[in-house]
Amino acid sequence: MALPQIKQDATDARLAALTLPDGGWSDTARQEAVARVRNMGLPGARDEYWKYTRPDTLVQPDAPKAALFEAEETPVFGEVDRLKIVFVDGVFDAEASDDLAMEHVTIDRLADAADIHWAKDLYGVLETRGQTPVHRPLAALNTAFATDGVLIHVTGKAPKPVSLIYRHESETSDAILHHVVKVESGAELTILENGPAAARFNKCMEIDIADGGVLHHVRAQGRDPERRAATAMFVRLGSESVFKSFTLTANGVLTRNEMVVELTGDDAIAHVAGACVGDGDFHHDDTVFITHDALNCESRQVFKKVLRNGATGVFQGKILVKEGAQKTDGYQISQSLLLDEDSQFLAKPELEIYADDVACSHGSTSGAIDEEGLFYLRSRGIEEGPATDLLTLAFLAEAVMEIEDESLQDEINGRVEAWLTRRRG
Amino acid sequence: MLEIKNLHVKLEEEDKQILKGVDLSVEAGKVHAIMGPNGSGKSTLSYVLSGRDGYEVTEGEATLEGEDILDMEPEERAAAGLFLAFQYPVEIPGVGNMTFLRTAVNSQRKARGEEEMSAADFLKMIRAKAKELKIDADMLKRPVNVGFSGGEKKRNEILQMAMLEPKMCILDETDSGLDVDAMKLVADGVNALRDAGRGFLVITHYQRLLDHIKPDVVHIMADGRIIKTGGPELALEVENNGYADLLAEVA
Ligand SMILES: Nc1ncnc2c1ncn2[C@@H]1O[C@H](COP(=O)(O)OP(=O)(O)OP(=O)(O)O)[C@@H](O)[C@H]1O
Ligand SMILES: [Mg+2]
Repeated sequence: MALPQIKQDATDARLAALTLPDGGWSDTARQEAVARVRNMGLPGARDEYWKYTRPDTLVQPDAPKAALFEAEETPVFGEVDRLKIVFVDGVFDAEASDDLAMEHVTIDRLADAADIHWAKDLYGVLETRGQTPVHRPLAALNTAFATDGVLIHVTGKAPKPVSLIYRHESETSDAILHHVVKVESGAELTILENGPAAARFNKCMEIDIADGGVLHHVRAQGRDPERRAATAMFVRLGSESVFKSFTLTANGVLTRNEMVVELTGDDAIAHVAGACVGDGDFHHDDTVFITHDALNCESRQVFKKVLRNGATGVFQGKILVKEGAQKTDGYQISQSLLLDEDSQFLAKPELEIYADDVACSHGSTSGAIDEEGLFYLRSRGIEEGPATDLLTLAFLAEAVMEIEDESLQDEINGRVEAWLTRRRG
Repeated sequence: MLEIKNLHVKLEEEDKQILKGVDLSVEAGKVHAIMGPNGSGKSTLSYVLSGRDGYEVTEGEATLEGEDILDMEPEERAAAGLFLAFQYPVEIPGVGNMTFLRTAVNSQRKARGEEEMSAADFLKMIRAKAKELKIDADMLKRPVNVGFSGGEKKRNEILQMAMLEPKMCILDETDSGLDVDAMKLVADGVNALRDAGRGFLVITHYQRLLDHIKPDVVHIMADGRIIKTGGPELALEVENNGYADLLAEVA
C-alpha cells in the first residue's frame, strides 16, 4: 500500500540525509531494516500511535539544536562500582571508557564485532518482532543506520553493573546507537544508562534473556533541557527469567521511551517503571507494550509523572494476553501529579486479553497535591516548598521502589530531591 | 500563653458563620479543657488557630505569647510553638514517619535559628519517646499514619508532640477511639510534658480523659461560643447530665 504523500516525503527526506554504515555482518539486517522503514514510513502527526506526541522533530533530516547543559552536580551513579562505557555524541570513547573486560561478560563494540557473532541472531530480530501489531519505524531506522553501540553477552553472574554513559558535547549532534544484550540461562547483569547523549538521540536496545536469566536496568536520562530522545527497548524473556527496568527523566524538551516486552517462557517476570519530573518545555512519552505468551507470567508497569509550568506527560501502555497465556498476572498503573493547571497528562491504557484465567488490572489517575497532607506537614513546621517536595517524592516512590537495589533507589531519590530543590530556587 | 478574643470565623466558600465570638485564655502551666456538643465549632477553633485554609476570620484576634498568629503561615505557627493533635490524623503514603518527624523537628529549629538535631540525637530521642508510648520500631518506619489503627494514629500524634516540644498544645479528641490502656499512655504522654512553661487545650467529649489529665479549667462550647467556664466539676456535670441544662441556662 502506498504511503500518504506527506509521510512518503518525510521518510524520503530523512533517508536521503543518512548513509548506511559499512556494517559487515549486520549489513543484511540493516538493508532489511531500510526496507521496513520504506514500507512503514516514518511517524507522522496523523499516526494513531503518535496521537499525543509530535514526531516531526524526531523525523526531520537534521537534529534541532540543543544547548549544552552545565550540570552543577556530580554525575549520576558516580559512587557505583561499575564498568563504564562512554559515548560522546553517539561515538564510543575508548579513552574515557573502562577496559571492556569483566568476568562472565563479553562486550564488543558493534562496529568491531567479528563476522561470526552471537548478535547476528538478534540484531534487528527482536526489533522486527516488535513491529507487530504496532509499527515502530524509528527503531527500524535505528537498526539500519546505527553507527555505534555495544554487544553484551552475559554468561554468568556479573560482578558489577555495566554503565552506559552518553555525553553530549555538540549542540547539533544526531546520534543513533544500537545495543544488543544476551543474557544466558542463569546469568545476571545490571545495566545502568545515563546522560543526554546528543542534541537528538535515537537509541535501540535489543535484549534476549534466556531461561532463568536476570537483567536489571536503571536509567537516568540526560537533563539537557533542549535535548530530544526516541528510545526503544525490545525484550524477550524465557521461562523463569526476570527483567526489571526503571527510568528517571528530568528535563528534555522531548522524550519518547518505547518498551516492548515479550514474555515467551512460563513463570517469567517483567517490571517496567518510570518516574519523570518535568517543568515547562517538557514533553515525556512512555509507550509500553507487554505481550504475555506463556503460562503464569507476571508483568508490572508503574509510571509516575510530576508536571508543572505547562509540561506534558503521555502514557500509552498495553497488556496483550495471548490465547493460552493462562494465570497471567498483569498490573499497570500510570499517574500524574499536576502541580498547576497548565500542565497535562494524556493516558491511554489498554488491555487485550485472549485467555480466560488471568488477573489483569490497570488504572490511570491525574491529581494535584493533596491539600490535607500538605497542611498536616506544614502544621508540624515544614515549610510549604519542602512539604510539597516530600509529597512529590512520596508520589514517585511507588515507581522508584521498583528498583531492586536499595542504594540505586537512594541515588535516584537523591537526584529527584536535588532537582526539586533547585526548581524551588 | 494563648489569648483568643472575640474570635468570629466563617467558612471561606460559603456564607456560614461557625465561630461567633470565642473568648479564651490559656495561661502557661495550665490545662484547659473544651467540651461541647457535636458541631459546636471545637475542631474549627483548633484548625483556625493552626492555620488551615478554608476559614475566614471576620472579627477578633488570637495571640501566642503576645504575637498575632492569625497572619502567620501554618509552619510559622508551629515554629512559634503551637501544636495541634488532629482529631483525624492525616495519612501520607510514601513519606516515612521518621523522615517526616526529623524534617519537622529540624525545620522548626531552623526557623527559630537553632542548630539542627543530629541524626544520632534524633534517633536516641525518638526511640525513647516511642517506647514510652508503646510505638514499635516498625510503626516508625512505616509511612505516616498509613495502615495505622485509630488508636495508633492518636499515639503517633502524641509522639509528634513529644518530639516537637511545643509551648501550646491543642489536643482535638485525642482520646476518641482509644482503648483504656492507650488512653492511659496518651494521658501519661501529656502529663510528662506538663510544666510551668507550657499550656494545653484539650478538646474532649469524655470525663475519662480528664480523670488522667486533670484540667485546671473547663469550658463548654456551644454554637460557636464559650457558654460556660468553670473548674473540673463542670466536666462531671456534663458527664452526668449532658448539655441540655447548660444550653437551657444560656437560652
Ligand atoms: N469546611 C467545612 N465545610 C462545611 N461545613 C463545615 C466545615 N468546617 C466545619 N463545618 C461545620 O461547622 C460546624 C462545626 O464543626 P466542627 O468540626 O468545628 O465541630 P466540632 O465541635 O469539632 O464537632 P465534633 O464534636 O463532632 O468533632 C459543623 O456544623 C460543621 O459541619
Ligand atoms: Mg471536632
